[in-house]
Amino acid sequence: MTNTIEDIGEASCILAIGTNTTDTHPVIGTRVRRAVLNGAHLIVANPRRIPLVKHATYFLQHRPGTDIALLMGMARVIVDEDLHDREFIESRCENFEEFKKSLDAFSLDFVSEVTGVNAELIRRAAILYATHKPSSLLYAMGITQHTHGTDNVLATANLAMLTGNIGKRGTGVNPLRGQNNVQGACDMGALPNVFPGYQAVVDENLRKKFEDAWGVDNLPGEIGLTLPQMFEAINSGKIKAVYLVGENPAVSEPNLEHLKNVFQKLEFLVIQDIFPTESMPYAHVVLPAASFAEKDGTFTNTERRVQWFDPVVPAPGQAKPDWWVTCEIAKRMGASGFDFTSTKEILDEINKVTPSYGGITYGRLQMTTLQWPCPSTDHPGTPILHTQAFTRGKGHFEPLTYKGPQEMPDEEFPFVLTTARSLFHFHTGTMTRKVTGLNIIRGEEYVEIHPDDAAGLGLKDGDVVRVVSRRGAVEAKALITDRAPKGVVTMDFHFSESPVNVLTNPAHDPVSRIPEYKACAVRIEKR
Amino acid sequence: MGKVKLWIDGQEVEVPEGTTVLKAAEEAGIHIPTLCYHPLLRPSGNCRMCAVEIEGYRGLPASCSTPVAEGMVVRTNTDRVRDFRQETLRAILRDHPRECIACPKNQSCELQELIAYVGIEVPYEAPTEKRFEVKDGGPFFRRDYNLCVRCGRCVRICNEVRGVGAIVFKEVEGRQEVGTPLDRPLEEVGCQFCAACVDACPTGALTDKIPKWRAEAREREDSFCPEISDIVLSLYDRYRERESKSSICPYCGVGCRLVFEVQDGEIIRTVPDPSGPANKGLDCVKGRFGISEFVHSPDRLKTPLIRKNGSLEETSWDEALEAVAKQLSKYKPDEVAVISSAKCTNEENYVIQKFARAVLKTNSVDHCARL
Ligand code: SF4
Ligand code: SF4
Ligand code: SF4
Ligand code: FES
Repeated sequence: MTNTIEDIGEASCILAIGTNTTDTHPVIGTRVRRAVLNGAHLIVANPRRIPLVKHATYFLQHRPGTDIALLMGMARVIVDEDLHDREFIESRCENFEEFKKSLDAFSLDFVSEVTGVNAELIRRAAILYATHKPSSLLYAMGITQHTHGTDNVLATANLAMLTGNIGKRGTGVNPLRGQNNVQGACDMGALPNVFPGYQAVVDENLRKKFEDAWGVDNLPGEIGLTLPQMFEAINSGKIKAVYLVGENPAVSEPNLEHLKNVFQKLEFLVIQDIFPTESMPYAHVVLPAASFAEKDGTFTNTERRVQWFDPVVPAPGQAKPDWWVTCEIAKRMGASGFDFTSTKEILDEINKVTPSYGGITYGRLQMTTLQWPCPSTDHPGTPILHTQAFTRGKGHFEPLTYKGPQEMPDEEFPFVLTTARSLFHFHTGTMTRKVTGLNIIRGEEYVEIHPDDAAGLGLKDGDVVRVVSRRGAVEAKALITDRAPKGVVTMDFHFSESPVNVLTNPAHDPVSRIPEYKACAVRIEKR
Repeated sequence: MGKVKLWIDGQEVEVPEGTTVLKAAEEAGIHIPTLCYHPLLRPSGNCRMCAVEIEGYRGLPASCSTPVAEGMVVRTNTDRVRDFRQETLRAILRDHPRECIACPKNQSCELQELIAYVGIEVPYEAPTEKRFEVKDGGPFFRRDYNLCVRCGRCVRICNEVRGVGAIVFKEVEGRQEVGTPLDRPLEEVGCQFCAACVDACPTGALTDKIPKWRAEAREREDSFCPEISDIVLSLYDRYRERESKSSICPYCGVGCRLVFEVQDGEIIRTVPDPSGPANKGLDCVKGRFGISEFVHSPDRLKTPLIRKNGSLEETSWDEALEAVAKQLSKYKPDEVAVISSAKCTNEENYVIQKFARAVLKTNSVDHCARL
């Protein structure tokens, strides 16, 4: 997030696109609702009628995968109506003219046709966003989990820059991160292209810096494989061994059937986790890990806030914190630089090699929390990004062209399947499915289907149906609701009994490599 | 903002304009009893427990909703105020059951505190009206409106703070009672099961259900003597030491700070921490009710396992780590990959990527940020 969670309360207008905030980030959902109760306007753009719609001034129910068209259409309205922030654009941004030209392709008629949203509604929403400043833009996986997710993200940034909604209180482009430490995992360089603090591995000077800091030589300089690429490489026999920590890809990866075969091809698989997971049958060694409640360290939340936490209970059996296990393996492989005896010592090293975490020290974190960038111990942290300049200097307007979902419905697979999250479960359910109460409220998978479509198929509420895509089939009960429009069906992915990712399309974004979870073509068969 | 000077019980107090008399008194170290007041909520002034005398004001205004004024003279402890408080409290208690010893809130109940502070004797004659049935709050909490004192804190927090409005005041047999529209189950009225209402309730009307893993003890007591099992269990519970510890919710990216109540190495309950910078006293059903059961799940991995003759068998750390180190040493950098976790700490992710790069010499390290 460029801004803070609390900051949402300062906005006069909130545009929530591709995020079912009340279910996925309930506390942020609460802030949005409260902002509305205090007089802010809310625009919800979502293929589904999510709970926040109740509080919205405008609800734009666009078809899955048409976000670029919608956002560019709104930008076009803002420019046509002369509501863009000329001063901000001139002093802080570049490439506006090119961008403006690319808007020509997004006439309201075209946008309305592609998105299925009434043209006048789009126009009004755009005007509201541009005129009720400060405006805050929130988005989540509904924007990123597409084959053109990167362009979607650029489209949100374009819109915010166009209206000068960056770098001030109550504004910003605010992606809401799904897992509690996704932000931190990225910050710490658990990515194939960067060291901690987004320092590129291809940069020779940076490699040298890390070689010196770590006392090693020959750090690899070519970008590594992303998760989807890893699975391709396992399949082709290139990757032979995997060290897998605290993940559960057997349910969360797209195109699950394919994956099962892939795992069997590994010569050596180490799994380090807190629970036996669906991936376990393929493991050669399994290492029991301590859960968050049994260890200390820091997490970085979606607003870049680093928080220290201490253990609350002892670990069960022989379970150990992940850092300890990895250090032990490294030491047994003869490596130096892994003699850490506490998380504090690791954080000390992070402070030294990660400029944005330079001032986020153990000592300070015992008293407070800090938002990065925080380069030195006398720096107060940075609640709002880009107040004076963008990271790269000028904000770059990105001309965009329309791209829809990679797989469109056709005669054989007439429905668009989109995936969602339930308030009562989390991710692949390894944690929440262990909780009786949460299972009572929500214990199985549903396929949400529009009443008209249900009538066409002769379905009643609760009928078991088979959902079939080009890649596989799963069964689930039909839940008849008009939350999503005709032609769109919705499933969650918390339930290994109905593994939705058997169906989803592994086609992914060329830059971010995020798979297209939010739209694929399916057919529904009555059983 | 300007400052305002006033006198409370003869003490001179200076506070910012717009402060309530209640807050001003608090700042001066003068206690005024309250019931419907809650720090997260706008004052509603409906219980009148916080009444005080203010020179020049008619009647006894509610201090929680009266703003200070320059030169105001406030008295919080006159006979008239004390009589009024006692009368008010008696009225509230008139239809409150006398079953404190079995109540889950016993000894942490604000009503009991009020009785002690205000100094009244509880008329030991139980109310005779017919009782409401105890309702469920989903699988997570129970709603026993017989114990309700109609302070409205639950209704207001659900509406004002959570923005949900699942519960409302409505008229039942000529009286205001808390409930859901048309008495529908909470599941059907948009309840998020955040338990903000439970945490705001001053009495035992809204309380957590006993979680599954402790229901066993309850069963044992029940088979012994059902009449007093509630009492035995609640007393037993109170004598076990309970520690409060603080940590961060492991679920979503909001990073709510939660207070963990721990007994004998077991998380009994988690409640949101009002000082958490990201959540400011809020949480959701996953943080509130979804943690202890998975942390203490019997399914947790507890020993290292190693595959021998086709099946995973228990082994020692030493053997497991040696096996991993030996095997991983065999592969060339482009034959191995490391998958880290968005559930691990920063320190762990740091160590894991360092391991991939410095030891395995590969940049093929990634995590599931994409999902
Ligand atoms: S649990 Fe939360 S949403 Fe449900 S009634 Fe209580 S405060 Fe409202
Ligand atoms: S249920 Fe509790 S919080 Fe709600 S009105 Fe009754 S006593 Fe007050
Ligand atoms: S309590 Fe709920 S909103 Fe807060 S971090 Fe946990 S899952 Fe997210
Ligand atoms: S506490 Fe002031 S009226 Fe209830």
